[in-house]
Amino acid sequence: MKLKVLKAVVFVAALTPLALLGYYAYTGNLGANPIEVITHWTGDSIIIFLLITLTVTPVRKLTGWNDAIKFRRMLGLVAFFYACLHFTTYIWLDQFFDLPGMIKDVAKRPFITVGFASFLLLIPLALTSTAAMVQRLGKRWQKLHRLIYITAAGGVIHYWWLVKKDIRWPLTYGIVLALLLAFRAAISFRARQPSRRVFVPAAEKQ
Amino acid sequence: MLIKKPNDIKASEITDKALFLSRRRFLAGAAVAGATIAGLTNMDFFERSAAHAGEKLSGVQKSRFSTTETLTPLKDVTTYNNFYEFGTDKYSPAQYAKTLMPRPWTVAVEGEIKKPKRYDIDELMKLAPLEERVYRLRCVEGWSMVIPWIGFPLNALIKQVEPTSKAKYVEFTTLLDPKQMPEQKSRMVLDWPYIEGLRIDEANNPLAILCVGLYGEVLPNQNGAPIRMIVPWKYGFKSVKSIVKIRFVEQQPTTTWMKAGPTEYGFYSNVNPEVDHPRWSQARERRIGEFIKRKTLMFNGYGDQVASMYQGMDLRKYF
Repeated sequence: MKLKVLKAVVFVAALTPLALLGYYAYTGNLGANPIEVITHWTGDSIIIFLLITLTVTPVRKLTGWNDAIKFRRMLGLVAFFYACLHFTTYIWLDQFFDLPGMIKDVAKRPFITVGFASFLLLIPLALTSTAAMVQRLGKRWQKLHRLIYITAAGGVIHYWWLVKKDIRWPLTYGIVLALLLAFRAAISFRARQPSRRVFVPAAEKQ
Repeated sequence: MLIKKPNDIKASEITDKALFLSRRRFLAGAAVAGATIAGLTNMDFFERSAAHAGEKLSGVQKSRFSTTETLTPLKDVTTYNNFYEFGTDKYSPAQYAKTLMPRPWTVAVEGEIKKPKRYDIDELMKLAPLEERVYRLRCVEGWSMVIPWIGFPLNALIKQVEPTSKAKYVEFTTLLDPKQMPEQKSRMVLDWPYIEGLRIDEANNPLAILCVGLYGEVLPNQNGAPIRMIVPWKYGFKSVKSIVKIRFVEQQPTTTWMKAGPTEYGFYSNVNPEVDHPRWSQARERRIGEFIKRKTLMFNGYGDQVASMYQGMDLRKYF
């Protein structure tokens, strides 16, 4: 029961960025270039929620709080939700459904190519996020969902390549992502070295 | 009984009348300032004191070079700025440029000229009649505005300082003072001071102006107070702000953005819808306040006045 309440709190918190954006839009506080603000705001939200999603496993392993896993799907879906908003902003507000222009963009602009590819990779993850799909896919589910590493890296690269010169934010996201991935690498490295944990009696050493 | 004669007050210790009056004025000013602080937020106080920003400029003439397009609202012109000395976020300059002190201010004009001189800003502002120039401004990032600048042609200054035959280029330098421009403490984004440059014929083009105001008033800090260039046929970053030095040189200057991204930013940086930025298209632009993007015009629509300067040049090579 307590977990349910906590889940509701996290859900509401996860939608705060959208609520704030809506509030700024309603009060006319999106500045001189509202479309740019909406694009950046939704884009930042995607990376932030991808990173939070990737924090679940380390938190669980470090604290032993196993219920943390129960938030992962919701957080991932929130990231996907912001990705949909970001993508919609691009095709509707930014490009205004200029299909040839968008195709050219995706083909010619590496940062858009990477962003678009990362968005596409999120779709199968969202589709297979239901409990039924988790059961049906079994072990393959986990393999499939490792795509989030690529998506998150793609998101950071997308941001990095689009800034004019000030890389401080994409760099910050990149460092956080690197730490989260390094944690996983360390865990799997340790898991693959069972020999170290085997006790070798001194007498058998020669 | 010995009565000591009181020491005469030395003449040097008597406060000069003018100084006395100026101190009185200072005290009165301080009282007003104190009341202002008490009555308003700090921000309001600084906005009032930082410059003569907001002060009306008088005797401004109209110009035939002005466009009749709809003006971008003053609020957008003064809150959406690229001025990296105050942060890379476009809303930062309006917030942080209060620390810039546009008075006293001098501009050193030097190099390959017969009459090098350090101009006081107030002298410089009287060098030629002030004109209002309503120009399109196209940022390299893909947005644009229409702004009623106030200034005078740079060629009026050039004429006065008499360049020698060696003066092939003009190099402009922005103020370097991390106390006034806090982002200059870090060189992670750009190397300071900000350097820009023009070829001498570009500098002499009647469209190129030294700008001291906008919307009928003294230039706000975030827009490059007290004096900046406006080169309307080039991307916005060529219109260097808060200028302290104008140097006439023989060799093409290496500008700040050329140094920051040699493959992305060239010396010329003329607005050109056919030559894309390596990472994004320059074919269209979003006019601030409009929803659908509009087509970007060659030389930002100033081809009639400037295209002849680039005849025979490969504009893909000289981007």
